[in-house]
Amino acid sequence: MNQNLQTILDFIQQSEHLSEEEKTALTKAAKEADRALTISEFKLERTEKVKRTTAILLEETIEELEQKRKSIEETNDALSKSLEELKATQAQLIQSEKMASLGELTAGIAHEIQNPLNFVNNFSEVSRELLEEMQEELDAGNLEDVREIASDVIQNLEKINHHGKRADGIVKGMLQHSRKNTGEREATDINVLVDEYLRLAYHGLRAKDKSFNATLETDYDNSIGKIEIVPQDIGRVVLNLITNAFYAAPLPPEGGFKNQSQPHKPTVWISTKKNPPSGGRGAWLMISVKDNGPGIPKKIMDKIFQPFFTTKPTGQGTGLGLSLSYDIVKAHGGELKVETKEGKGTEFIISIPIKK
Amino acid sequence: MNILVVDDEKDVQDLFLQRFRKEIKNGEMNFDFAFSGEEALDYLNKNEQKAVLILSDINMPGMSGLELLEHIKQKFHKPPPTVMMITAYGDDENYSTAKRLGADDFLTKPVDFKMLKEKLRKA
Repeated sequence: MNQNLQTILDFIQQSEHLSEEEKTALTKAAKEADRALTISEFKLERTEKVKRTTAILLEETIEELEQKRKSIEETNDALSKSLEELKATQAQLIQSEKMASLGELTAGIAHEIQNPLNFVNNFSEVSRELLEEMQEELDAGNLEDVREIASDVIQNLEKINHHGKRADGIVKGMLQHSRKNTGEREATDINVLVDEYLRLAYHGLRAKDKSFNATLETDYDNSIGKIEIVPQDIGRVVLNLITNAFYAAPLPPEGGFKNQSQPHKPTVWISTKKNPPSGGRGAWLMISVKDNGPGIPKKIMDKIFQPFFTTKPTGQGTGLGLSLSYDIVKAHGGELKVETKEGKGTEFIISIPIKK
Repeated sequence: MNILVVDDEKDVQDLFLQRFRKEIKNGEMNFDFAFSGEEALDYLNKNEQKAVLILSDINMPGMSGLELLEHIKQKFHKPPPTVMMITAYGDDENYSTAKRLGADDFLTKPVDFKMLKEKLRKA
C-alpha cells in the first residue's frame, strides 16, 4: 500500500475522536483510493511502454522514409539524365533525317550542276572560236559577217551568265538545305522553291535508280507572289512529299495491275494555289502533291504521321519524314492533310495562312 | 546527213548550231531538235523517209532516252536509224541497257565535240 495512505490509515485507527462506524468507512475509502492509485500507476506504466515502442517505431519509419527519399532522388537524377539524352538523340535524329534528305538530293544536285557547267564550258569555247573567225572576217573586210558573229558572241555570253547563275542558285539552295536552321521567316517565292526541290528530287531519284521514271505535271499559280515562310523548313516538307510521291507512283495496287493492255504510267502532280483565289485577308496558300500510286491502306492511315513509322524496307526510310513535315506545317499555323483512295493514288495538301 | 538531237535542255539547240556551224554552212550536216522523247517520236513519224541519225539524252522528264531508243529500234526498221545515247551518268547500268536496246554508240557529258564530229562523219 502507498505509504501516505498507510499513514492516513494508521492515523484513523488510532484516532479517539472517531466512532467505529466512521473508522470503517474511512478505512474503506482509503483502501479504495489505494486500489485506484495502483490501477492508475499500472496504466501509466503501460502508457509509458507504448510510448517507448511508438518512439522506436517512429524512428524506424523515419529512417525508412529517408532511405526512400534518397532512392527517389537517385531515380529522379537518372530520369532527368535520360530525358537529356533523349533530347540530344532527338536533335541528332532530326539532323540525320536532314542529312539523309540531303543525301537524296546529292545526286540530283550533281546532275543539276553538271548541265549548266557544260553550257558554261561549251559556250565559252565556241565563243573563242567565233572571235577567231571574227578576226579573219575583219581582216577580209566582211563587216556583215563580223556583225553576225558579234551578236552570236553577245548571245553566248548571256547564256554563259545565265547558266553560271543557275549553278550558283543550285549550290546556294543546297547550302540553305544543310545549314543550321535560323527558323526565321523570309519572303519566299513558293513556286520557285517548289520547282527547285521537284527538279532536285527527280534527278536525284533518276541518278540512284536508273529504271525510275515518272511523268511530272506542274500547275503553279503565278498570282501567289512572295509569302513569309521559313524556306528551308517548307522546302523539306515539299521535298519529303515529292520523294514519297515518286516512291509511291510506280508501285502496283494490292493484287497487282489489272489492266495489262494499258501499262501503268507513274505520274506525279504538283500544284500551288491561293484559297480563295482572290487572296486578301485570311487567304491560304495550298500546295498539293498527288500521285497515282496504290494509295494508303486504311489500316495504316492513322499511323502515317507517327514518328518512326515507315512502309519502306529497313534502312531505306527514317520514318521521320511525315512526322517532321506535320510539325513544320503546324509551326507555320497551317495544316497537312491527306486524301487517299486505294488503287487510285494519294494527295497531300499543305495549307498555310498567308500573312500580309 | 540529217541529225536529230533530243534533249530537254533547250540551249542544246544553240550550242549544236554553233558547234557545227561550218558543217551546217557547207551543207555537210543538217540538225533538227526535239525537246522530249515524245517530240522525237512525232518527228520520226513525220519524217520517216529521211535518213536520220539520232543523238539522244537519257535523262529527260516523261519518256526517257532509253525508252525512246527502245521505241525507235522496234518500230522504225527501214532505214534503221543510227542512235547515239548521251548521258550525264556514265554508269555501267545505263551503258549496258543502252547497248542491249541497240544503241549504236554511248557518249557521256560533257560532250567532246571534236570526238562527236569524228563519230558523226564515220556514221
